[in-house]
Amino acid sequence: MKTRTFWNTICTVDDLVPESGIAVWTEEGPVAVFYLPHRLPALVAISHKDPFSGANVLARGITGDLGGEPIVASPLYKQHFNLKTGVCLEDESVRVKTYSVLLDGNRILLETRETQQEAVAA
Amino acid sequence: MSNKTLIVIGNGMVGHHFLEQFVASPAASGYDILVFGEEKQRAYDRVHLSEYFTGSTHSDLAMGTADWYSEHGIQLRLHEQVTALNPDQRSVTTPKGDYGYDELVLATGSFPFVPPIEGREHPHCFVYRTLEDLDAIRHSAQKGKSGVVVGGGLLGLEAANALKSLGLQAHVVEFAPRLMPVQLDTDGGALLRHKIEELGVQVHTEKATTSIVEGENARIRMNFSDDSHLETDLIVFSAGIRPQDTLARASGLSVGERGGIVVNDQCTTSDPHIHAIGECALWNQKIFGLVAPGYTMARTLAAILNGDRDAAFTGADMSTKLKLLGVDVGSIGDAHGQTPGARNIRFNDEQAGHYRRMVVSEDGKTLLGAILVGDNSHYDSLLQYALNGITLPHNPETLILPENQGGAPALGPDALPETASICSCHNVTKGDICCAIDAGCVDLPSVKAETKASTGCGGCTSLLKNLVDNELEKRGVAVNKDLCEHFPYSRQELFHLVKVNGIRTFRTLISQHGKGQGCDICKPAVGSILATCWNEHILATDHVPLQDTNDTFMANMQKNGTYSIVPRIPGGEITPDKLIVLGEVAKEYDLYTKITGGQRVDLFGATLSELPEIWEKLIAAGFETGHAYGKSLRTVKSCVGNTWCRYGVQDSVGMAIVLENRYKGLRAPHKVKMAVSGCTRECAEAQSKDFGVIATENGWNLYVCGNGGMRPRHADLFATDLSDEALIRTIDRVVMFYVRTADRLQRTSVWMENLEGGLDYLKQVVLEDSLSICAELEEHMNSIADTYQCEWKTAVEDPEKRKRFREFVNLPEQKDPVQQWTTERGQRRPVLESV
Ligand SMILES: Cc1cc2nc3c(=O)[nH]c(=O)nc-3n(C[C@H](O)[C@H](O)[C@H](O)COP(=O)(O)OP(=O)(O)OC[C@H]3O[C@@H](n4cnc5c(N)ncnc54)[C@H](O)[C@@H]3O)c2cc1C
Ligand code: SF4
Ligand code: SF4
Ligand code: FES
Repeated sequence: MKTRTFWNTICTVDDLVPESGIAVWTEEGPVAVFYLPHRLPALVAISHKDPFSGANVLARGITGDLGGEPIVASPLYKQHFNLKTGVCLEDESVRVKTYSVLLDGNRILLETRETQQEAVAA
Repeated sequence: MSNKTLIVIGNGMVGHHFLEQFVASPAASGYDILVFGEEKQRAYDRVHLSEYFTGSTHSDLAMGTADWYSEHGIQLRLHEQVTALNPDQRSVTTPKGDYGYDELVLATGSFPFVPPIEGREHPHCFVYRTLEDLDAIRHSAQKGKSGVVVGGGLLGLEAANALKSLGLQAHVVEFAPRLMPVQLDTDGGALLRHKIEELGVQVHTEKATTSIVEGENARIRMNFSDDSHLETDLIVFSAGIRPQDTLARASGLSVGERGGIVVNDQCTTSDPHIHAIGECALWNQKIFGLVAPGYTMARTLAAILNGDRDAAFTGADMSTKLKLLGVDVGSIGDAHGQTPGARNIRFNDEQAGHYRRMVVSEDGKTLLGAILVGDNSHYDSLLQYALNGITLPHNPETLILPENQGGAPALGPDALPETASICSCHNVTKGDICCAIDAGCVDLPSVKAETKASTGCGGCTSLLKNLVDNELEKRGVAVNKDLCEHFPYSRQELFHLVKVNGIRTFRTLISQHGKGQGCDICKPAVGSILATCWNEHILATDHVPLQDTNDTFMANMQKNGTYSIVPRIPGGEITPDKLIVLGEVAKEYDLYTKITGGQRVDLFGATLSELPEIWEKLIAAGFETGHAYGKSLRTVKSCVGNTWCRYGVQDSVGMAIVLENRYKGLRAPHKVKMAVSGCTRECAEAQSKDFGVIATENGWNLYVCGNGGMRPRHADLFATDLSDEALIRTIDRVVMFYVRTADRLQRTSVWMENLEGGLDYLKQVVLEDSLSICAELEEHMNSIADTYQCEWKTAVEDPEKRKRFREFVNLPEQKDPVQQWTTERGQRRPVLESV
């Protein structure tokens, strides 16, 4: 099995809102990108889909930190997700996907993976 | 084996308490229980009888429900007086028949003594003991101007207050040279008299009434032995009580010389199967005219009937703490210093109107009794010294001196022994309270529910609160008021910091007064505080990240991530043209349409990116945001009022619109709802709102702090017959005081319940300006009303703000694939793919 990664330009710095999230559409589905100017790293991204409701809303949650870890609270049922690991604080068996993000000049790049099944000799 | 029969005669306070104790005990299963009550109503709280004149009903005062009786298989026969006892046959007789018993309990209480004065049968002469008495007094008072209470004791003064509350000029006529001769001494009585006269009650001491005749200028004339007279419209006799021992006397049971059914320590009479408890019982030559000793007898008897041979009634403390006509009066133990060798210590501050007397033992080590007039703040400490025999400090006078004159601070709860009695009504000791807390009670209400402490006469309330607070604190459960891990302050404290230091952003606040980055608790709370203080647009860049999604996008998120839209429809009044626009917009965007409980229209199913377009259309038609998403004013519901309704006395719609337009946009700790009804028929259900306004002939009555929803609360009447201006001024003050002092997400109802001093305190602050902040509150409200902007109007006009409403910033045309729809009853509704 082989995984290729892609860095895709998803938006520019002007689209970001400090201390808050925005949603972008990717091949893998909707992703929430957060801009936390007072932390390092300042850019983090997780899946936009709230695993508890199934709705695409996580980018619209309130951000902050709990016990020093960056978090976002789901706007629907208020569970908190660790923005670095994707783990839900209220139920550690639930985890949302995390993504890498980069700032390149004015552009924001998001890493997506494409997994390719290698040809198996019959 | 068939059950034995237990009969209880008298369904008063003590009889009821006995039943509660007995049915909870093992012996209850062996008995059929039959109760006779002469009064028409089930047992009620006689101690708070006077509240019947200030709005309480029988069901408010009732002590247990009809269901409670039937659930426990108790046959309750009300309005059926027992007319004879037949101890030989073990039966009782009523006008309806004979009933056999195995055990009989007399709980017949007492009756008011009416001195044998000629003319006392006058139809406007009353006593003060039952609900029926009060109904009769109320009826007579309707056409009267003045009333006299004969008897200046504890009950007499309470009756005088009641007459006053009925709008009568009240007089008290007392035979002794001073008021409350049993509990007070000369100085105490004199001070009490002075205070009561200041309140407009006229006191006549050393007056013996000789006859009652028809009056000349009023209904009745009372002639006194000194040849003076007094004219009045009604008389209430309160010259003491006598034990109700008629049945016992007639059937040959032992009774005391001056009345009372003789009982032993087991509360049993001269017949081993007949028992007596409460005010009818004479124990050790003593009658107990208070409820707490009666309850103790009831508990003793229940234990005896359960075979507990050690149970015994051993007397009771007769100390009393009262507020008579608003004047504090306390009397403890041997108040008159009759113990041989007793010494007195007196403190008398005529200026302040405080009188305190301590009676101490000869060696000065124990407190025997005390009298307090004008200020009961020393009562709890003194009572504990007296009841528990705690050794007095070296200079006992420090206990009654004011603190700034070297007085000792009140006896803290820590100084009390475990055995100290906290609540004498329910016999709860400090040890019991501590056990309850150890067993998991974490606040005052749960301690009260668990131990019943403070649910009787209420005299122990403040002591109980101190004790519970102290014990909780010791166990480290001191209620933590911190907002969250980022701010070691309550919402009220943060409000203060923001206001006083002129802080305008979350960042400044958290860097100066908190730590970390904030969270979904403190950010919206601070956002709301900033909005209240400075009223800047909630989508200003600094504020966006503070808001809940609903505030950020100025709409209410629904379960599939779409939003609902509620335009403001002030007072529920809408033109057909505007209604058509709502319909057209809903149709164009296929929005599910529903009428809300607040007389508005809710449009569901708009996507994030549709919101600004939809609002452009609504704004063009003259709509404004309805703030249905915010912790702020929702709607002012109204009935149609006097413009259409044949009962209406004011224009309720007009007032609702004025109110809605004034308070719209104000950010508060939680949502605020209001309503205006055009007359007392209350079609707008104003009394279930945070602010309820009901029209009167003369203006508006204002109710505050009501709630519907999960925990309904009936609003409290706050002010009556207000003019339009006074109404708005009063609401301005209350609402701003709430906004400033409430906790995060605290509705006005809960705020009121937690407000120290409650409704009275709020009235002082708002109506009497006791904190001198009313001008500031009004000014603040004015500035908020003046800087109002429709948030949606500002947002749609600003391209930067509109950018926020892109569903996916990189692909504007992309639809959210999880938002799927189906049709039901002709409208669209969401189907959510299962998670
Ligand atoms: C206005 C007022 C204020 C008071 N304030 C206080 C206070 O602050 N603190 C305090 O401790 N106490 C106070 N008391 C006293 C307290 O109410 C009494 O101590 C208490 O009610 C006594 O209870 P009981 O059951 O013995 O008598 P009651 O409550 O009088 O009950 C006796 C019942 O038996 C019924 N009955 C009598 N004879 C018969 C019969 N033959 N057949 C059927 N039924 C019969 C009566 O109708 C009555 O309902 C106050 C009393 C009044 C009137
Ligand atoms: S509250 Fe009074 S005025 Fe208003 S609709 Fe009802 S009856 Fe009419
Ligand atoms: S009552 Fe419950 S289901 Fe109905 S709107 Fe309110 S929260 Fe939703
Ligand atoms: S002492 Fe009466 S309620 Fe506690």
